[in-house]
Amino acid sequence: MSAEKIKVAYWPGCVSRGFTPELHGSMALVAEKLGIELVTLDRANCCGAGVIAEHNQELADTLNARTFALAQQTGLSMMNICSTCQGAQSECQQRLDADSAYRAHINEVLSGQGLSYEKGKDGFTNKNFLWLLVEDYGLDRLAEQVKRPLSGLKVGPFYGCYIVRPKERLGYEEFPDRDVYLEKVIEVLGGEIVEYDGARKCCGFPVITMNRETSLRQAGTHVGDAIDAGADCLVTPCPLCHLNLDMQQPEAAKVVNRELGLAVLHLPQLVGLALGAEPKQLGMSKHIASTGWVEERLASVAA
Amino acid sequence: MADYTIKVRRFQPESGEGPYWEEFNVELEPSLSVLDGLLQAKDRDDGSLAVRCSCRAAICGSCGMKINGQSGLGCKTQIGEAQERADKVAAAVGGDSAGNVITIEPMGNMPVVKDLVTDMESTHWTKIRRVTPWLLPHGEPPEREYIVEPESMIDITQSMACIQCGACVSSCLSMEADPDFIGPAALAKAYRFVGDPRDGETVERLHDLAEDPHGIYDCTHCFSCVDACPKDVAPMNQIMRLRRKAGEEGIEDPNSGHNHEIAFVKIIEKKGTLDESALLQESFAPGIKGKLKPSKRAIKEMLGSLPTAIRGIKTGKMRSLPKLIPGVHHKLPDGAQDEVKAIYKRAEESNIEFNLYIKGEEDVEPEPDEEKVEEL
Repeated sequence: MSAEKIKVAYWPGCVSRGFTPELHGSMALVAEKLGIELVTLDRANCCGAGVIAEHNQELADTLNARTFALAQQTGLSMMNICSTCQGAQSECQQRLDADSAYRAHINEVLSGQGLSYEKGKDGFTNKNFLWLLVEDYGLDRLAEQVKRPLSGLKVGPFYGCYIVRPKERLGYEEFPDRDVYLEKVIEVLGGEIVEYDGARKCCGFPVITMNRETSLRQAGTHVGDAIDAGADCLVTPCPLCHLNLDMQQPEAAKVVNRELGLAVLHLPQLVGLALGAEPKQLGMSKHIASTGWVEERLASVAA
Repeated sequence: MADYTIKVRRFQPESGEGPYWEEFNVELEPSLSVLDGLLQAKDRDDGSLAVRCSCRAAICGSCGMKINGQSGLGCKTQIGEAQERADKVAAAVGGDSAGNVITIEPMGNMPVVKDLVTDMESTHWTKIRRVTPWLLPHGEPPEREYIVEPESMIDITQSMACIQCGACVSSCLSMEADPDFIGPAALAKAYRFVGDPRDGETVERLHDLAEDPHGIYDCTHCFSCVDACPKDVAPMNQIMRLRRKAGEEGIEDPNSGHNHEIAFVKIIEKKGTLDESALLQESFAPGIKGKLKPSKRAIKEMLGSLPTAIRGIKTGKMRSLPKLIPGVHHKLPDGAQDEVKAIYKRAEESNIEFNLYIKGEEDVEPEPDEEKVEEL
């Protein structure tokens, strides 16, 4: 495998710089270790998370067209680290790419800012870190980088809805395995895959303020199912899922009326551990559900 | 011809036993359907295997089921594709990459009558009736039929495409956690009448759907129904359109759904990226400083989120001031926020809904090597 240098226009999203600061930090560290150069889009705006589109579709489409245009200015493909950003941005991109007249209408306001979103011949590429890792970086190359195999660590994948559905919008025709990438990554890192019911279900976060009980029941059920299946931890490419699965876990435990207490790792953290980074460097002490058990497990494997 | 093993979740109420799995070996062309496979098993192995079906052409909506855990129509899913899916998932978790069993289950979120036959009445039809699925026109009825401009009906053609198969209900992850949720099929049907130019009670309908705590704001936006629907109704999109219309009417709802939406939109206009602390506060008690009496629910929700906040402060998740105090949040660099504001100004004036279902993809020069995929 050629060690081709990967350089991307990087959209960290909002939550990775808000309630999950450990995600942004661990991504930066892991990118450095993997040799992926991140050009941060610091002028870009929130993707709208589907909420802005619910309010005014044109507003969401224009805001994301602006982000895409900023990425295109760098001449690089774009990378995100949030399933929700992936879903919301892909939805807007689908509409923008479908019709040149609509695109021209959206570009009218962007042109005043020296920006323009172009569909281009091969289309505009915006990939979650998970997709980039498997499709561009490559699993073989990742395997070569593993310094501390996650031997014996039982990991349950948790995708987040927006990265697995709807299939026709998210490139599954070209990349049909996108809904099993987490399993592939866990395996390459030396971990054991835990099968449980919730891997591709909803964490409940989108309704946490609207229907707290429904929301927490979803989170609590999935965490409980993973524990019952023997998981030592979950891994997710979505910080919003992390909020419900980790930050809200003690509250979710009350709703499903059982003890929980399962570590939930961000994808860059799991990769980082296998690359030899220390849990503290990866911000794991900031989690609500203790990651102590994961650390103990790994301590028995020499880095 | 190829050999397949289908593993069917069976249940006979009269037996007094619980559900069980049974495997059948079938032999058919990969392009034939999962339903064809089931009918072959029924014909050759066990005539008591119960499955509902009629047209076998994705029109009647009778054969809703879960295939490899995914809700859809048995007649619209090719058995070869189902095999590929089963093999892919098995291989990803360390299993064999070929020859895995195809699992077939009755639809979810509804009681099972027998084998793959579910009770559509107790959930699906009850919920459909819940949304008043008939026209409520005002004024004197015309002598003959109501006459409308064809263009004015285009907006609801997508929701009219529903064949009432229940696949979306089966797949609904909100309903799984909250069985009272009105659900995707019924809410798509509700949009069909909200958007109908002949209906006279649009606003009343929106109030009804927004004010039900298990109504439009109970959808968790998981896209399951979008993938499950065999007719591209995209029920979730119809729910989002109902929210948009309810929002435009300024309807307050018990779930604070509208407040949440407005709070989110305003925060991005002001700050460019999401300030979660501000979102929480504004969702429950918008403009709390000027409001003397936040609602009981607002107080309850704010208090309810305190333990989570305290835990966050303890671990350092929310240690820094910007993450703790609403209103102190990082800003976009020089001039970028003005660009965002300009986008808001234009989009609020223009407010186009580009509906892909109606508009379709623009014709582009077909690639010479592009093969046309045949669809049912």
